[in-house]
Amino acid sequence: MSTSSRGKARAAIIGPGNIGTDLLAKLRRSESIEVTHVVGVVESEGLQRARSMGIEASAEGLDWLLSRDDLPQIVFDATSAKAHRAAAPRLEEAGIVAVDLTPAAVGPLVSPPVNFRDHVDATNINMISCGAQATVPIVHAVSSVVPVAYAEIVASVASKSAGPGTRANIDEFTHTTSRAVRELGGTPRGKAIIVLNPVEPPMIMRDTIFCAIPADADHDAITESVHRRVAEVQEYVPGYTLRAEPQYDDPREKWDGNGRVTVFIEVLGAGDYLPTYAGNLDIMTAAAARVGELVATTRFVGADA
Amino acid sequence: MTGTERPVRITDTTLRDGSHAMSHEFTEAQVRATVHALDAAGVEVIEVSHGDGIGGSSFNYGFSKVEDITLVRAAAEEAERARIAVLLVPGIGTMDDLRNAREAGASVARIATHCTEADVSIQHFGLARSLGMETVGFLMMSHRTSPEELAKQSRIMVDAGCECVYAVDSAGALVLTEAKARIAALVAEVGREAQVGFHGHQNLSLGVANSVLAFESGARQIDGSLCALGAGAGNSPTEVLAATFDHLGVETGVDVAGVLDAAEEVVRPFLPRWPKADRTAIVQGWAGVYSSFLLHAEHAAERYGVAAHEILQRAGEAGYVGGQEDMLIDIALQLAQERDLGAVGAR
Repeated sequence: MSTSSRGKARAAIIGPGNIGTDLLAKLRRSESIEVTHVVGVVESEGLQRARSMGIEASAEGLDWLLSRDDLPQIVFDATSAKAHRAAAPRLEEAGIVAVDLTPAAVGPLVSPPVNFRDHVDATNINMISCGAQATVPIVHAVSSVVPVAYAEIVASVASKSAGPGTRANIDEFTHTTSRAVRELGGTPRGKAIIVLNPVEPPMIMRDTIFCAIPADADHDAITESVHRRVAEVQEYVPGYTLRAEPQYDDPREKWDGNGRVTVFIEVLGAGDYLPTYAGNLDIMTAAAARVGELVATTRFVGADA
Repeated sequence: MTGTERPVRITDTTLRDGSHAMSHEFTEAQVRATVHALDAAGVEVIEVSHGDGIGGSSFNYGFSKVEDITLVRAAAEEAERARIAVLLVPGIGTMDDLRNAREAGASVARIATHCTEADVSIQHFGLARSLGMETVGFLMMSHRTSPEELAKQSRIMVDAGCECVYAVDSAGALVLTEAKARIAALVAEVGREAQVGFHGHQNLSLGVANSVLAFESGARQIDGSLCALGAGAGNSPTEVLAATFDHLGVETGVDVAGVLDAAEEVVRPFLPRWPKADRTAIVQGWAGVYSSFLLHAEHAAERYGVAAHEILQRAGEAGYVGGQEDMLIDIALQLAQERDLGAVGAR
C-alpha cells in the first residue's frame, strides 16, 4: 500500500448513500486524501456519481475492495452498525485504517479537537454521533477550565435529516452520545436528549449544552475557552456558530449548589451534497474527513517511502 | 384490554402532567395521598412520571425533587386497585428507564412522540409488550398535522404493539370539530385492533368539551388531572370529566363525589397556583404552542426582562415541538437583543 501518484493517502468509501456522497464531495477537496474507490452492495446513483468523477466504483461490496491490487490506506464506512461490525476485523487484517461513521463503536470514540491525538495509531476510529460531534467539544472546553459535575446536551434536528437507522434505534443515539459527553467531555455524569422537528422549511440543526459549574467558576475564562473551541471546530465545519454568548446562571440549591453555563450552537451544513439544514449530517462527514486527513498526514503522507 | 367493558376509561395524569405545573417538585407524601384518593374514587389508571416522562429530570426540563422511579414505586405500593402508568418520550427517556419503571410496579406504558414521528417509538412498544405492560401511544401536538396523517402515524404505533392511540392536544389548540375529526380518523384507521384516546388541555377552555366530542367519535380512553393540574392552562379536570360523563349517563366507573373530594381536599392544598387560561396560556392555545413551555417561558422572561407571551408567540411561529424548552431561552435572548437594539435606535 502506498500513497497515490499525487502524494496523497489513498482512501475508499463504503456506503455510497447520502452520507457517503457528501463525504466524497468533501474529500475531493482534500490536499492529503485521494478517494480511489467507492463501494456499495447494490447498484445505485451514488456509485454512478462516483464513476462519473472517474473513481472506480463497485456494487460487489467489501470482497471486491479487498481483492484490489491497490488497496486503500483508509476506509470510511458510511453503512450501518451491523455492516461495520462485520467489516471491521477484515479491514484491520488488511492493515487498513477504518474511519467509522456508523454507531458501531468498534474503535475509540473520537472528536477531532478533543482527543484525536490520543488515538493517532488507532486502527479503527468511531465518529460517535452527530449530537456528540456538535456538543462534546464544548463540554470539553468548559471542563478544561473548571470541574464539570454534570453536563447535558439537547440536539434538535430536522425530521427530514433523521434517517431510518436513527429512528429505529433512537436509544442508541442517547446512550452513545451521553457516553461521549462523559468520557470525552470530561464529566462524571452526562445526559443526551434528541428532538426531531418536522417544521417546514426544515430547521437548521441546533444544539444546547448545559454544564454544571462551581459557584466560584471564572466565567470569563470559560467563555474564552468556548470561543477558542468554536474556532477550532469551524476549521472543519464552517457553519458551526455560537447563537449567543455563553449564558451563566447563579448557583442553586437544586443544582447541588452549582452554577450553570449554557451554550447555544447552530450547525449550518456546507451543502456539499446534503441540504444545508442538515448540519447534523454535515458535521459527521466533516468530522470524519478531518479525522481522515489527520490520519493521512500523521501516518501516510510523506511517511511512506 | 382495559379489564372492564366500560364505555370510557379515565386515566388520571395529575401526577405526570401536573409535574410540569409543580416544577417537578412532587414529594412522595403528595404522590401517596393523591394515589390513595384517586384509587378510592375508582380511577383505574394513574400516571406517575416526570412531566417530560421517566428520565426527564434534567437542566432542560427541570430536575425532579424526588426521582420519578421512587415516586412510581410509592404509587404502586399505595394503589390497591388502580394500575400505575408511566410516560416515556423516546429521545428523552430510554428503554432502561422503562425497565426500571416496570420493576418499580408500573404496568401501563404510555409512549409519546411528536405527531409525525411515531416511528421512533417502535422499539419502545416492543419492549413494553415484552415486559407484559399495557401499551398506549401518545401522538403529541396533534393539531400540527391533518387527521389523515395522524391516522397513518397511529398505524405505525399499532403495528408496533400499541393497544390504544391517543390524539394528544398538547397545545390545547384543537377546537371542537378539529378534535372530533382526528378521533374519527384514528378510529377509522385502527379502531378494529386498538382503542383510541384523547388528552385535552384547557388553554382555550375546551378540554372537557373536546373530550365529550372525542367520546362521541369513538374514543374510549380520556385523560384528566385533578384541579386541572398540568401544563399550560392545565388539563381537562378529572372531576369535571367525571361529573360531565355521569350527567350524560356514560359510565366511567369513577365516583364523582370521590374525585371532587380528591381535588378539593388532597390536591388543592398543594397547588402552587390553580392552572387557568391567563394571557400566556391562551397564547399557547391560540398559537399552538406546547403547553409545558409555560413555566419555562415565564422563567426566561423574568431572567431576560422580556414578555413570556411574546416568547411563546415566537415559539409557535418557529414551529418548536415538545422537548425544545432550550429554544425558549434562545428566543428570550433574541427578544432582549431586539429590545436593546431598538432602544439604541430610538436615541
